[in-house]
Amino acid sequence: MKNKFSIIVIIFFLIFCFGIFYKGLDNSNIYAPKIKDKKNIPIFKAKDFNSNIYINSEKIFKEDTFYIVNIWASWCVPCRTEHPLLMVLSKNHSAKLIGLNYRDNLNNAKKFIKELGNPYSQILIDSDGILSVEFGAYGVPETFIIDKNKRIIRKFIGPINKEIVEEIKLIIK
Amino acid sequence: MLANQIGYYSLISGLLLSFLLCGVSIKDLNSSSKRINQKILSLSFLQLVFVIVSFLSLILSFINSDFSNETVFNNSHTTKPLFYKISGTWGNHEGSLLLWLLVLTLFIFLFLIKSKEQPKKYRILTLLFQQIIIIGFFLFVLMTSNPFNYLFPIPSEGLGLNPILQDPALAIHPPILYLGYVGTSIIFSSSLAAVTQNYVSREWGQHIKKWVLLSWIFLTIGIMLGSIWAYYELGWGGFWFWDPVENVSLMPWLTLTALLHCIIVLERRNALTSWVVILSIATFTLSMCGTFLVRSGILNSVHTFANDPARGIFILIFLFVLIVLSLGIFFLFHRENKNNSNNFFWLSRETAILLNNWFMMYFLSVVLIGTVYPIFLDVISSEKISVGPPFYQKLIVPFLIPFLFFMSLGPRLKWIKSKIENKNSLIVTFIISVILTFFIIKNLTTDLLFYTVLVSAAFFLFFTTLKELFVKKFNNIAQTVAHFGFSLLVLSILFNSILSSEIITNIKVGEKYNYSKGKIFFKKIEERQESNFKSIIAYFEIKNTSGKIVELKPEIRIYNQPVIITSEADIKTTLLEDKFLVMNLVKGNEYFNIRYQIKPFMIWIWISVLLISLGGLMSLFKKRYEK
Repeated sequence: MKNKFSIIVIIFFLIFCFGIFYKGLDNSNIYAPKIKDKKNIPIFKAKDFNSNIYINSEKIFKEDTFYIVNIWASWCVPCRTEHPLLMVLSKNHSAKLIGLNYRDNLNNAKKFIKELGNPYSQILIDSDGILSVEFGAYGVPETFIIDKNKRIIRKFIGPINKEIVEEIKLIIK
Repeated sequence: MLANQIGYYSLISGLLLSFLLCGVSIKDLNSSSKRINQKILSLSFLQLVFVIVSFLSLILSFINSDFSNETVFNNSHTTKPLFYKISGTWGNHEGSLLLWLLVLTLFIFLFLIKSKEQPKKYRILTLLFQQIIIIGFFLFVLMTSNPFNYLFPIPSEGLGLNPILQDPALAIHPPILYLGYVGTSIIFSSSLAAVTQNYVSREWGQHIKKWVLLSWIFLTIGIMLGSIWAYYELGWGGFWFWDPVENVSLMPWLTLTALLHCIIVLERRNALTSWVVILSIATFTLSMCGTFLVRSGILNSVHTFANDPARGIFILIFLFVLIVLSLGIFFLFHRENKNNSNNFFWLSRETAILLNNWFMMYFLSVVLIGTVYPIFLDVISSEKISVGPPFYQKLIVPFLIPFLFFMSLGPRLKWIKSKIENKNSLIVTFIISVILTFFIIKNLTTDLLFYTVLVSAAFFLFFTTLKELFVKKFNNIAQTVAHFGFSLLVLSILFNSILSSEIITNIKVGEKYNYSKGKIFFKKIEERQESNFKSIIAYFEIKNTSGKIVELKPEIRIYNQPVIITSEADIKTTLLEDKFLVMNLVKGNEYFNIRYQIKPFMIWIWISVLLISLGGLMSLFKKRYEK
């Protein structure tokens, strides 16, 4: 009797663990932290991807528009998978998509864009990764949403998916 | 190209052989012949050959930088040195699974050769259980992580291997760790076979102990190599971070250590059979669980984004099938040995070993909860937490005190019924330990009482085992060496953490920085171009108060493929302490951020782990157990 009981308990426990792990797998590890105090974007100077000329951040980010900043690199495999979704986002005109090319080889990055298309209205070079850190990035890829007051209101760690694209569309409406 | 095809088809042939082997084995199980069918051995050997061929062809693809192979494309680059091209083979997901398969098939073949005196049915059943695991891994590799995926058009260049993985310690770390992990699969299969045959006995204990020891040694050294890598390469100056990936390798080690001790009781007294079986199952399950947690990406690690959920689901289902299968077999077939009861006398060697088990189980549950709890919490309440070192330290360190104490006394007890001998000498040793500790610790820390007790417990073990080594007639030298190593490990870690000091500052070339115990002088920097990275080498002179000068040359490497900047620490190791200097770029590039650490007794941590493994090795090669 006691034996049977313990077997049932073990079976239930196993099913519980299986369920948790199964759901845990489903829970993508895309991690969208809640931003408590909305931070202003950093003021910086960065090289433009195409012209190779330094630009001030004031000239890039203007008030009255939403911006989506996406950190990417050609060597980053997940960036490849999220790229088609960025292409979708780029067709939405209520926000400008800014690419931040993180610690990359310029030639490889250009090949990447040529191969997969350019969703960005502007790409900035972040060769040493410091700019990304100033934005508060944890890794690549990462996506930030910047509101009309130049504040970061949302960030997504990891490659974006369809649900996130919908969420972004709602925010920038 | 050709290698790709050969590798892929050898894998499929290996899988087909598994089914054939199962068929032949089941037939042989029912045959009346006393000896095992010779065909089984040949088939098992053939399977091993196929997996070796498959593994070699993947290595060949890596050496030739054949980017038509997706695995090579994702993890290699033409400019990488040959050594890292080869080690890149098992540095990635697909290749490492192939290595798992290789070791699985190798070990079952060795098992078959080495177990000739064992009962036939037991051997065949072990083979069958092992084949279930092997089939699972074959399917996993072929279905979700084929290392021979073909890419067209063929890329001209690969994506490169993560530079922090380009390190000699890390090149041999996975194979050795896998030997340990997969060795536990043999223990798992054979314990299940022994349970079904009601063969969990003294004879079985003697026979399986070799495998337990072998896996245990590899696992110990494997964990140490990973730790050495973290110390040298990650540049944080620590050697253990309680990172989930590290914990995952520690958990099977804890159960395996408990198992190792239980086997001794089984071998001597034919008792603790349930413990042995459960621990055998738990060890392998935890190894598999580790593979699941690391490979599926379920763990919240900042740098692993790319994962394929199909993989996770496959391992998860496979893992639970194995757990249900093994527990089912355990409950159906296992009968506790009635005539040799487990009622031990309270003061005896077996009670001490049982106590050791409970400590191991406690440490295991702490590590397990710390590792898995964030996943559970995330699923149930979608709250993200990470469990850090303080949790483990708070829960584990205080329990080391009784643990060390019992460890000093346990091995001195006799089997069945004992009394404590040489009470006086023990008491004297203990008092010496306490006094010695008190005078060492007195000026070092604020938490005097706690550390005095903890360090004296470690010293107590240190002295008792040391005395045993010199005074006793070497009658159980393997155990004494291993326990001595453990006391040395605890002491080195404790003194390392109490006495470490560090200086962090920003400095530019030509500047001097004065700190309380000396001067740091930044002499110059030099740039060098290597085949796959550019390096910036800084020359530092560190002068301490006694005027002794040490030169340290930390390095910053800028790898070209993928472009990643890594800091290489320069470490000067002496018997007493390590001097550790690492630098980082600061924005603006004129200043460098340096971190100078003095880490006492670092080398003793590695030495003591080697001693612990040496103890295992001695036990492995010991001809007969001492009476």
